[in-house]
Amino acid sequence: MTELKGRPDTPLEVEEAPMDEAEGLVIVSRSFGRQTWDRFRRHKLAILAGVVLLIMTISFWAAPALSPYGFEEITPDFNQGPSLEHPFGTDDIGRDLLVRTFKAGQFSLLIALLVAVLTTVLGAVVGAVSGYFGGAIDSFLSQVINLFLVVPSFIVLLVVAVKWGSNPTGIAVLLALLLWTSIARVVRGVVLQYKEQEFVLAARAAGAGSLRILWRHIIPNTFGPIIVNATLLVGVAIILESTLSFLALGVRPPTPTLGNLVDAAKGDIDSDPIRVLIPGGFVVLIALCINFLGDGLRDALDPTTRRVRE
Amino acid sequence: MGEQRLLEVENLSTSFTTEDGIVRAVSDVSFHVDRGEVLAVVGESGSGKSVMAMSLMRLLPKNAFVTGWASFEGRDLLSLSEAEMRKIRGRGMAMIFQDPMTALNPVFTVGNQIAEAVRVHQSVSKPLAMKRAVELLDLVGIPEPGQRVDSYPHEFSGGMRQRAVIAMAISNDPQLLIADEPTTALDVTIQAQVLEVIITVQRATGAAMLLITHDLGLVAGVADRVQVMYGGRVFESGDTRDVYYGGNNPYTRALMRSVPRLDERTSDRLSSVPGTPPSLIRLPRGCVFWPRCEFSEQVCRTTEPELIQCGTDHVSRCHFATTLPEFEYGARLGA
Repeated sequence: MTELKGRPDTPLEVEEAPMDEAEGLVIVSRSFGRQTWDRFRRHKLAILAGVVLLIMTISFWAAPALSPYGFEEITPDFNQGPSLEHPFGTDDIGRDLLVRTFKAGQFSLLIALLVAVLTTVLGAVVGAVSGYFGGAIDSFLSQVINLFLVVPSFIVLLVVAVKWGSNPTGIAVLLALLLWTSIARVVRGVVLQYKEQEFVLAARAAGAGSLRILWRHIIPNTFGPIIVNATLLVGVAIILESTLSFLALGVRPPTPTLGNLVDAAKGDIDSDPIRVLIPGGFVVLIALCINFLGDGLRDALDPTTRRVRE
Repeated sequence: MGEQRLLEVENLSTSFTTEDGIVRAVSDVSFHVDRGEVLAVVGESGSGKSVMAMSLMRLLPKNAFVTGWASFEGRDLLSLSEAEMRKIRGRGMAMIFQDPMTALNPVFTVGNQIAEAVRVHQSVSKPLAMKRAVELLDLVGIPEPGQRVDSYPHEFSGGMRQRAVIAMAISNDPQLLIADEPTTALDVTIQAQVLEVIITVQRATGAAMLLITHDLGLVAGVADRVQVMYGGRVFESGDTRDVYYGGNNPYTRALMRSVPRLDERTSDRLSSVPGTPPSLIRLPRGCVFWPRCEFSEQVCRTTEPELIQCGTDHVSRCHFATTLPEFEYGARLGA
């Protein structure tokens, strides 16, 4: 634009300017799933975490199935250290700890997944309704959410866990009731943000109704944050469940969870630290992997992050 | 003539209740749009152009209060039920929004969104709607529409996005296109292109258009009639030539002088309308433009002028509409 003076009577010619197709910059359109995967792939740590988590999950199911021992089976060898026969040793009444640990991983993971599903359903519905309809509904639901936040929930949990928390389903429901508010707040925030966007106005201007807009335009925008938060909640749930079980307020033996295995072995920490370290290590490893995975997903699921040029 | 009238608006007023007081965004506006014609609504920010359009689409927030009468294809827009109104939005009247960055949903492909707009009003299968989306993208000049339908909005440039928004707006063959500052958010280099697309499409579909803009230079060549708004009021309205050549309104004159010109050899600063637009909560007494008007006299401060007839279908809101000194600037703008 250096030479723009003079020639006043020549009309500016409007040429069909080439669009983004300068050489080497052709943007190839890829599906949403493909793009998400491309962005996720760049998070090496998240990939590693996912692989480790996958291996753990598979072995949680495979090992008990392949082992000659049942997880409740009592063998004559009790209080043994690791051996070829019993790689993780046996406990004080002679149960094989490898089978028990992996079975515990199964239960702990299932509980955490159930918590994630329940919190997502409850949190997403409450959050979406609250955010979209606003007004009195929003005020009421926000107060309910706040109520859950101000109540010292862990103490409440300790009290009610005694009564209902002794089986896996019970503790999952209790944890979900404790944790759903975080999803609800995230979803409410996203819905509030998106319902003021111009594309929602554009959809209304095109004749779409409230439900259609909520379902087709707003809810899909909440999937990313929901997946990320639900993933992170799995980690939180594993730790909380283990904590409760460790305090003997959660799932009770003979059903093994990672928490109650640590609890059962804590008296032997001086003589046999491996019995505490193995289940404890699994808790840490799972929580760690899930957090890395969540971080990777957070970046991958945001469709507005930079596109990859090919 | 009755057959020709597509939209007729009488005494439309819109106000908002806010914490600071009542904002009178649109006051007593009357106008009409005939089938197939382009009416440009011109004015500064805050002159009530957009609110006027949104009032007609009934898309204003709950704190808006709209009175008056508006008839679209013989139906009373302001008293229709929400369900009936939904049928008109998109199919009767469709909007092209200002900012194509935000008017498209980031998580859906462009094709998906156009198909969605089609399916709001027509019960067609998804593949058929997608086929229609490809045709529409082709119509608005997007190269390789077959591949581009599967692109996400962020993979489009600003101009292409606006083309997609246009495609969405015309997807149900509306009778009236409302384009609210359709080129303002775009690079200057492609504004003309996009406007050309809009006009081509408008002519091809035979739809009428309400073109809302602040840029007088932009509408000179495309509008059949121009309506100048200020402070929520119609200040001048008439055939484009009459408005541009007539110089019957001081505000229109000031607007025209502020259009930068290439053939002006002066090194003067760009001319602008002095002062700032009035607060719509506390409008000045008398003529709302008098504090900024170069011709204002005592009468302007006390009495609000009516719309004065200056010619056939040409009115101007000024006490001196027919007695203002000669004005040649508009003629040179190339209407």
